[in-house]
Amino acid sequence: MSKPEVVKSNSQIVQKEMIRRNYDKITSGRVKVSSTFVPGNLNELLMCFDIANNLPEINAIQNAMSKKSGEMITEAERSGHSEDVCTYVKADIGMMAKGNIAPNGKPFPSPDMLLLSYTGCFTFLKWFELLREQYKCPTVMLHVPYAADGHPTKNMRDYIVKQLREEVIPAMEKISGIKFDIDRLREYLRKSAKAEDDLVWMLEQSKRKPSPIDCYFGGVYYMGPIFTAFRGTDEAIDYYKLLRGEIEERIKLGLCAQTPEGEMPEEKYRLVVEGPPNWTSFRDFWQMFYEAGAVVVASSYTKVGGVYDYDNFRHDPDQPLESLAEYCLGVYTNRNLPTRVDMLARNVVEYEADGLLINSIKSCNSFSAGQLVIMREVEKLTGKPGAFIETDLVDPRYFSAANVKNRLESYFQMIDQKRRAGGSAALAA
Amino acid sequence: MSTKNVKEIVEFCQAIFEDINFTKAREWKEAVPGRKVIGYMPVYVPREIIHAAGMLPLGILGGGADMEVIHGDAYYQSYICRIPRSTIELAITGRLDFVDGMMFPSICDVIRNLSGIWQLLFKDKYVRYFDTPQNFDDNVGGIFYGNELRELKEGLSKLGGREIRDADIRRSIAIYNENRLMVNKVYDYRSNAPWKAPSAEVYLLMRAGMVLPPEEHTRLMQEYLAAAETENRSRRDNCRVVLTGAFCEQPPLPLIKSLEMAGCYIVDDDFMLVNRWILGEVSTSGDPIANLASAFLHHSAQTAAKYEVDMKEKGSYLLDIIRKRRADGVIFAAPSFCDPALLDQPMMVSRLEALKIPYITMQYAENSGQMQPIREQAGTFADSIKLWGAP
Ligand code: SF4
Ligand code: SF4
Repeated sequence: MSKPEVVKSNSQIVQKEMIRRNYDKITSGRVKVSSTFVPGNLNELLMCFDIANNLPEINAIQNAMSKKSGEMITEAERSGHSEDVCTYVKADIGMMAKGNIAPNGKPFPSPDMLLLSYTGCFTFLKWFELLREQYKCPTVMLHVPYAADGHPTKNMRDYIVKQLREEVIPAMEKISGIKFDIDRLREYLRKSAKAEDDLVWMLEQSKRKPSPIDCYFGGVYYMGPIFTAFRGTDEAIDYYKLLRGEIEERIKLGLCAQTPEGEMPEEKYRLVVEGPPNWTSFRDFWQMFYEAGAVVVASSYTKVGGVYDYDNFRHDPDQPLESLAEYCLGVYTNRNLPTRVDMLARNVVEYEADGLLINSIKSCNSFSAGQLVIMREVEKLTGKPGAFIETDLVDPRYFSAANVKNRLESYFQMIDQKRRAGGSAALAA
Repeated sequence: MSTKNVKEIVEFCQAIFEDINFTKAREWKEAVPGRKVIGYMPVYVPREIIHAAGMLPLGILGGGADMEVIHGDAYYQSYICRIPRSTIELAITGRLDFVDGMMFPSICDVIRNLSGIWQLLFKDKYVRYFDTPQNFDDNVGGIFYGNELRELKEGLSKLGGREIRDADIRRSIAIYNENRLMVNKVYDYRSNAPWKAPSAEVYLLMRAGMVLPPEEHTRLMQEYLAAAETENRSRRDNCRVVLTGAFCEQPPLPLIKSLEMAGCYIVDDDFMLVNRWILGEVSTSGDPIANLASAFLHHSAQTAAKYEVDMKEKGSYLLDIIRKRRADGVIFAAPSFCDPALLDQPMMVSRLEALKIPYITMQYAENSGQMQPIREQAGTFADSIKLWGAP
């Protein structure tokens, strides 16, 4: 049976259009292009040099959603890449082998630089070493130390700022032929902060009952502009204003979260989700939630690019480079496990969720290693039951719809039982 | 000079290797009240600072092939390598109760996150995730690293309740210089006459160095070299291989034995790279922190956990070793699910292919049981090298 046509809000249409425009820019052949990663990306800095921002994770996601990633991964494995490593990397390498075609149907140009912002994930380091083998273009490392004790130190901040000053900025000047203008950066950062205010407002609306938004499946659309090539632009400010208006309207009407099939009729379960979503069966995955009346009120994945709500970070035009450093350091996966536990537990309590669901991603040790401990710790702190499912990002071989659905159904039953008993949390296996 | 023979030395090392209660380290600690032990995981920590604090650096390389992991699987999904789960098993079964602190090097996200698990589960212990720079400029990465070393020094000094003076660090640097020198002598010796120093023995000798104080380990290696020289061992018609990729989770000992039995002498490897991470001597004069930082930045081994700034240099460390050791081929042996080893491998492979250097790849877990396929694979590899010759 074919699925009903997707219901899209205005902001979703605008968002899609923005992403498309960025692909047109990247593939136009008229601008310099840098590949770089989503977490803690330096979009405002790249804009100072008129360099377009191409994010390989987003390409992999696009390929997964259009069901192309499976073949790409197989292609990479055929050429000697291990079955055991991150499928984003293999989707990217496989895409290159298959002609490097962007989602707009035009070929990606070879990047003018690889900005290896090494933030929160070891794989990044190898990923761009691998791409460098193909593109042989300038590769600039920005090493962001891990905030292992829960708070970044001055030494870490100084190290990042120094790398920006002495390595990253000079490299960008050379590649673009444009001189660095710190006031231009300040202006972009001012705009970033403005959009970020509306973004945080949006994240917090799911504290309402019913929640007017879904902060995981819906959240990935809402986060798109801020985590990709639009932070620091007027377009991002306008997008978040538009989104805010839509959400205000939903609140006024008392609507539940929006789904691809329209409004969710009733909100039965409120969940906090840890871990990235599965992209190859994104819509089926989402459907399992909204059909059961489950809404995600907070998720760590909406913090993958940077964390704004937990410690109230905003880009700061008065301290431009320091603030970029702070942004990189604060990325969710760059924080230690006790901080992640605290963040999730607070979400469960403050958003009055029924519990924490972990979607553990085979590809991603950065998120996944330690998640079983995270689940137990959050359960202990909140008294709410947790649940654990396993999928992958862009590898269709690792999404078992039946297993996931079973797990979710038992989880919802467990929540029901707990509500009836009104007692203490049952620990999930 | 002691007159211990090879058998006695190897038995001594084997006992240390098999002892997952770390009795030797416990005895060291109990010998003097107030002594402290700091565990560290692969691949590199500056043991000189721990030693200078009067503490014992204890290398923790997982639970090995024989330890039953009962609780560990409740901590890790099936698609994560084995070393973190067996290390957790060691800790929750009390085998690390005497360890006062743990250091987790910046090698991959699994070890990184294990530091957080330690913070959550063992709140009374000193836990340090130890970040090393990926920028190798003295004024950028060097300053960062120097400060990290100072922070480590202060942390250990607080834990030990005593100041760590520069002179202490200089003394420890000298002791580790000597240890490294002897490690390299053993490696050279094996490479020159691999039939006299079988890899399983060299491996056990190095494993002993994870538990013994460095001074004692240095003496042990000296004794081994003297004893090995007096043995009369027959030379086999094996090919010479470099084994790479096994820098973190360790293969089971039978795997190492199987490779040699199947016809491959291991003439170099990256087991316990901490022993040989720094290439050459660290200066013992001047600022010891600056000296350690400079050694790390400019004279350390190239491995998957380190960024290679210059693409042309990628793989050069492996190629140099192949040349230096006159190796006929390479065995890529990586732990299953090991991101650093497996992501790096295609790049290393391309360097070898460009020079037509033969190689094979294999995966293992620390508790892999079946050696027959490994023996067959290595045997075929050795035969093909003998048949077609090295390039
Ligand atoms: S390992 Fe995780 S964080 Fe790293 S690139 Fe893959 S999905 Fe992203
Ligand atoms: S074996 Fe590899 S992936 Fe596992 S902890 Fe060690 S370096 Fe990390």
